Amino acid sequence: MTATHPQNKILICVGTSGVAAGAEKVADAFEHELSHRGLRHDWDIVRTGDRGLFRDVLVDIITPRHGRVVYEYIKPGDVKQLVEEHIVKGEPVASLRAGQDYEDFFKGQMRIVLAHCGEIDPEKITDYLAAGGYTALPKALAQPYAHVIEEVHKSGLRGRGGAGFSTGQKWRFCRDAAGDQKYVICNADEGDPGAFMDRSLLEGDPHAVLEGMIIAGYAIGAQEGIIYCRAEYPLAIKRLTIAIEQARKKGFLGHKILGSEFSFDINIMQGAGAFVCGEETALIASVEGKRGVPRVKPPFPAHKGVWGKPTLINNVETFGNIPAIINKGAEWFSSIGTAGSKGTKVFALAGKVRNTGLVEVPMGTTIRQLIFGPGGGMIKKKVGLKGVQLGGPSGGCLPESLVDTPIDFESITKTGAIMGSGGIIIMDKTTCMVDVARYFLSFTVEESCGQCTPCRVGLKRMLEVLEEITAGRGTQEHITFLKEMGETIKNTALCGLGNTAPNPAITTLRYFPEEYEAHVKDRECPAHVCTELLHFEVIQDACVKCGACFKVCPVDAITWKKGTTATIDRAKCTKCKSCYNACNFMAIR
Amino acid sequence: METENQISRADIDAIIAPFRGRKGILIPLLQKMQERFGYVPRESIEPIAEAAGVFPVEVYGILTFYAQFYLEPRGRHTIRVCQGTACYIMGGKDILDHVCGKLGVQVEETTKDNRFTIERVACLGCCGMAPVVMIDNDFYGRCTVQKMDEVMENYK
Ligand SMILES: Cc1cc2nc3c(=O)[nH]c(=O)nc-3n(C[C@H](O)[C@H](O)[C@H](O)COP(=O)(O)O)c2cc1C
Ligand code: FES
Repeated sequence: MTATHPQNKILICVGTSGVAAGAEKVADAFEHELSHRGLRHDWDIVRTGDRGLFRDVLVDIITPRHGRVVYEYIKPGDVKQLVEEHIVKGEPVASLRAGQDYEDFFKGQMRIVLAHCGEIDPEKITDYLAAGGYTALPKALAQPYAHVIEEVHKSGLRGRGGAGFSTGQKWRFCRDAAGDQKYVICNADEGDPGAFMDRSLLEGDPHAVLEGMIIAGYAIGAQEGIIYCRAEYPLAIKRLTIAIEQARKKGFLGHKILGSEFSFDINIMQGAGAFVCGEETALIASVEGKRGVPRVKPPFPAHKGVWGKPTLINNVETFGNIPAIINKGAEWFSSIGTAGSKGTKVFALAGKVRNTGLVEVPMGTTIRQLIFGPGGGMIKKKVGLKGVQLGGPSGGCLPESLVDTPIDFESITKTGAIMGSGGIIIMDKTTCMVDVARYFLSFTVEESCGQCTPCRVGLKRMLEVLEEITAGRGTQEHITFLKEMGETIKNTALCGLGNTAPNPAITTLRYFPEEYEAHVKDRECPAHVCTELLHFEVIQDACVKCGACFKVCPVDAITWKKGTTATIDRAKCTKCKSCYNACNFMAIR
Repeated sequence: METENQISRADIDAIIAPFRGRKGILIPLLQKMQERFGYVPRESIEPIAEAAGVFPVEVYGILTFYAQFYLEPRGRHTIRVCQGTACYIMGGKDILDHVCGKLGVQVEETTKDNRFTIERVACLGCCGMAPVVMIDNDFYGRCTVQKMDEVMENYK
């Protein structure tokens, strides 16, 4: 930390999504513009992790006079104006300020795990310390380990990696397991293709996860921690590496931590691109350098884990909750949420809502509250909400009639979906549910490890049938087959991947039978998604003669002149769907 | 990245050396090898197996199990079309189909002129800009078929 800390701050979100939108260039532009004017020393430029809302580059300018002013969609070209007007003249630039959506997004959230994301520089341990970091660790070390386990147990925290197992109980099993050598593993394999909360947390607040792991190490009596992180997360790995180095220097990691008798160190292991490695026994095989295939449980990792030693495996977000629980107490934590599910959950909200990103809300919040609160409602109001998909490839699709379901482990499981990692995709009337089922199955078929027959062959057969249906060759027998095969795989597969992979098909069959019927009986895709069932013709009555389709066609298959309806030359058409997507009036089918 | 005929045994041995005598080295070692050459050259497999104390077939087992490893050299540019859930729902499949059709290759294939390798990835981590395409290290958000046609021109 500098001796005189400037009161003036510029926060720039440079997580993965920020970087993709050009945040580094914006940060450089501020450096340059301020240096150029000789103002650099009066300003603290803080490169934070992502804050959760996708607004390309988000920039906050904080001054004593105006407080915090948030700007969105900032490009390097805007920086000059921001410096000139806001910083030099002291007049915030109204046209670049974040709008109502930004406020709505954060209203109604409760940020415990994400508290520091987008607020501190994750590459500076001093920022974490200034925000109250590493105060839970000495507190835990000053207590007998049994108290720490008891506190976590009483808090009611349940694992955020999918299954929702009691964290305190798991810690106790590991502590009680025989053996001197024990491991703590942080599961950062985050395989659900629609979830990214673990990555954001690792990028935005890596020390919080480390602190949670160290406390866990103390509680169960481990000497070594491993973070198993996807190789696809280079920025998270970089920031973790820096954080571990800093924590070692400060004595939070290493020999006799903070003068106690407890020694513990953490290393990073990079995954190599296999969804099934997120499953704990497969992950352990992968850490040992083998093919990451699951094995039958028991024995559970708590008894026989890495190299046959007792191993605690928790998810990133689970560890992220630990410092707050130790600091504020089990009673505080368990006052949040529902009877069976305590605390908050981070959701990755995506799909057809206005605001997409990471939202952290108390357990028990309803899906509808998520969509119309932080989500800001549907993108196209006219098209309307059709349903939501929860829990990724292992989860299920729920219809609009169930969006008032509170989000907690029990209520969600009752519907046939699962909480999973917290991916939640909002779908409108332009989403085809049969296609969604096909999409998730194509993912799980690809990722099946191939050990057990139900998963290897059964899923493949289900996918083939779904492909037939979306191609317009479906039959009634196909639907019966999907239902039977789905149940069989669910009951007979070896691991959690196979047990849950039929869920997207089973739930869409249960809640959206009419869509399957339309594909099979009428050879129609009501959502106009399945290309092979599309005709690519202009509906004369619906066409407003705007020419939007004409402008986007990459192969000149559309003829249009001002004031006339468009026509499509089907001989030239490559069915790329550009025109369909461009039309705001559903005039192409 | 190097071409095949430049790979020397000395290079391979130099990469393996620091890993010798450690536990669970296979995956990190293969990752290092790929980092160096852009793929895992066949010549390196026997030395790796020997260093890790396993049979070469086990090394192949690992290489073919994990999606991250390549056994063939790659095109000059890699186009990664996101097929994560958000991108898929927002039309990512149309983009993928278009790119494959235009280049006349399938996913995981390289064009004849070695210009592009096409990959499908699950979530690039910026779902708010869906559908997203990454070419080499550059991100392109809110992609459309037309936009793809334009940006691909910048990669020769
Ligand atoms: C196919 C499959 C994939 C999984 N992927 C993940 C994952 O990416 N991240 C994760 O934390 N847990 C994942 N799990 C759950 C883990 O097996 C394990 O239950 C979890 O890491 C335990 O941590 P928790 O108690 O903190 O939830 C997966 C499970 C299955 C069956
Ligand atoms: S789904 Fe494509 S970036 Fe997340």
